[in-house]
Amino acid sequence: MSDNYLLPGLPQPSPDDLDTPYWNGLREEKIMLQKCNACSKFQWGPEWICHHCLSEDIGFEQVAGNGVIYSYERIWHPVHPALKEQGPYIVVLIELPQADHVRLVGNLLGDPEQEVVIGSPVTAAFEHHNDAEPVFTLLQWQPGS
Amino acid sequence: MSERTLRGKVAVAGVGETDYYKRGEAPDPEFKLALKAIKAACEDAGISPTQIDGFASFSNDRSDPSRLAAALGCPELRFSNMQWGGGGGGGAAAVGNAAAAIATGLADCVVVFRALAQGQFGRFGQGPRRNTISGDFAHTVPYGLMSPAQMFAMKVVRFMHDHGVEQSALRAISLAAYHHAQNNPRAVMYGRPLDEKTYDESRWIVEPFHLYDCCLENDGAAAMILISAERAKDFPHTPSYLLGSVGGSHYRAGASVHNTPEYASSTFPTLAPRLYEMAGVWPKDVDVLQSYENFTGGVLMSMVEHGFCEPDECNEFFVKGRFLAESGELPLNTSGGNLAECYMHGLGLILESVRQIRGDSSNQVDSADVSMTISGPMVTPVSSCIFGSEATL
Repeated sequence: MSDNYLLPGLPQPSPDDLDTPYWNGLREEKIMLQKCNACSKFQWGPEWICHHCLSEDIGFEQVAGNGVIYSYERIWHPVHPALKEQGPYIVVLIELPQADHVRLVGNLLGDPEQEVVIGSPVTAAFEHHNDAEPVFTLLQWQPGS
Repeated sequence: MSERTLRGKVAVAGVGETDYYKRGEAPDPEFKLALKAIKAACEDAGISPTQIDGFASFSNDRSDPSRLAAALGCPELRFSNMQWGGGGGGGAAAVGNAAAAIATGLADCVVVFRALAQGQFGRFGQGPRRNTISGDFAHTVPYGLMSPAQMFAMKVVRFMHDHGVEQSALRAISLAAYHHAQNNPRAVMYGRPLDEKTYDESRWIVEPFHLYDCCLENDGAAAMILISAERAKDFPHTPSYLLGSVGGSHYRAGASVHNTPEYASSTFPTLAPRLYEMAGVWPKDVDVLQSYENFTGGVLMSMVEHGFCEPDECNEFFVKGRFLAESGELPLNTSGGNLAECYMHGLGLILESVRQIRGDSSNQVDSADVSMTISGPMVTPVSSCIFGSEATL
């Protein structure tokens, strides 16, 4: 799939007891994050209890696909054989103000040598790996609101 | 209640290490390296290994204390301790744990050690080789974020952004380490000096880390013998007294997927004040500093969080001249450290800290009475410790 940001061959996500609703949500182009039913606070990564109020009653809620670049890195030296011919690529840490400022990791789509500005807006892009077994979707980020 | 402190209660009687090798080139298996380093530390202390009754290590060291005690013929094992988590961040904490055992009477003679044979076992700086991944790493590895350099670079990028830190500040840390390694025959980079041009032209690993901002990967082992302060003068070398030690992390440092609230941090904001409080010294009192370089950016943030420099003054503070043993105000990583001596998961830095108090470093600082080591920035837990000469007690 040449539409994917990175070359194929990296380990693919395998949902576990904590994050299955997140990965299932991405398949439907929804960002589902953990939210406490008791105190209504979001938290990420997912955990068994809410770190705000310690409630065990936590669920998942959809959040809008808009974020802000909190930090980033441009990687030049690949440490996995699948990326040997990749060239530079950008990993971004995206903050979601609408979800209690939780952060997500993804790639910044577009020119890998583009200037990246901390604080600038980004929009979610869903990268479907429909040829994978089992199928999965990654959450990527496009510059701009 | 009596004051709860480790200050002045425990001393280092001896230090030792194997030869240091490039990754994968050690002629011995890891367990034998551990034994050789412990034997060397005992020889330096003038004791038989059979006097050891406790072992402390970190980062899930594979050399099991019970097997070590059996191999060394120790008549009695009284303390078998592992600092949980944090990789190299556990180095100074292992010293603290060993000291706590001695100070409270759990053991009398504890060896702190670390052994690595990355040829026999796996490498640190490589990505996972399996087809699927779950848990925290499922949220990073499929995006190409998997090595230590990649896990920490975003913290440094954010810190440099927030405080206008320039690349030259990171470069100064690397240049100082390589400078010191040229006087240290133990150093893997002995005979391989580094200049500004070579640094500037070296390839990026991940921005803002050039090749020379990244630690080595090595094989070898290091060890140090701790005993109670009352016995400190029974050994051949000038004692180094532990003045303070801390290990841990700030609020939710372990929040997964890069969600630590105070993100652009070396993990020391809550620990450093406790270290100085226990040690009874302040940054201005520190004569020589060893600060763990996994990556230079971590050194910079560690030194800021330990109060050596204001965050907005890094460009003026981080210059090579300040860090040189022979002439600088704050000699830094005087063995060459993890960048240029050897990556022994930072235990080599602690040995160097002791050597400075003893006066037998290959880059000896004049009258070093207060000698500090910072272990493993940006991970959790991290740790740091301060040794002092008898004059500081």
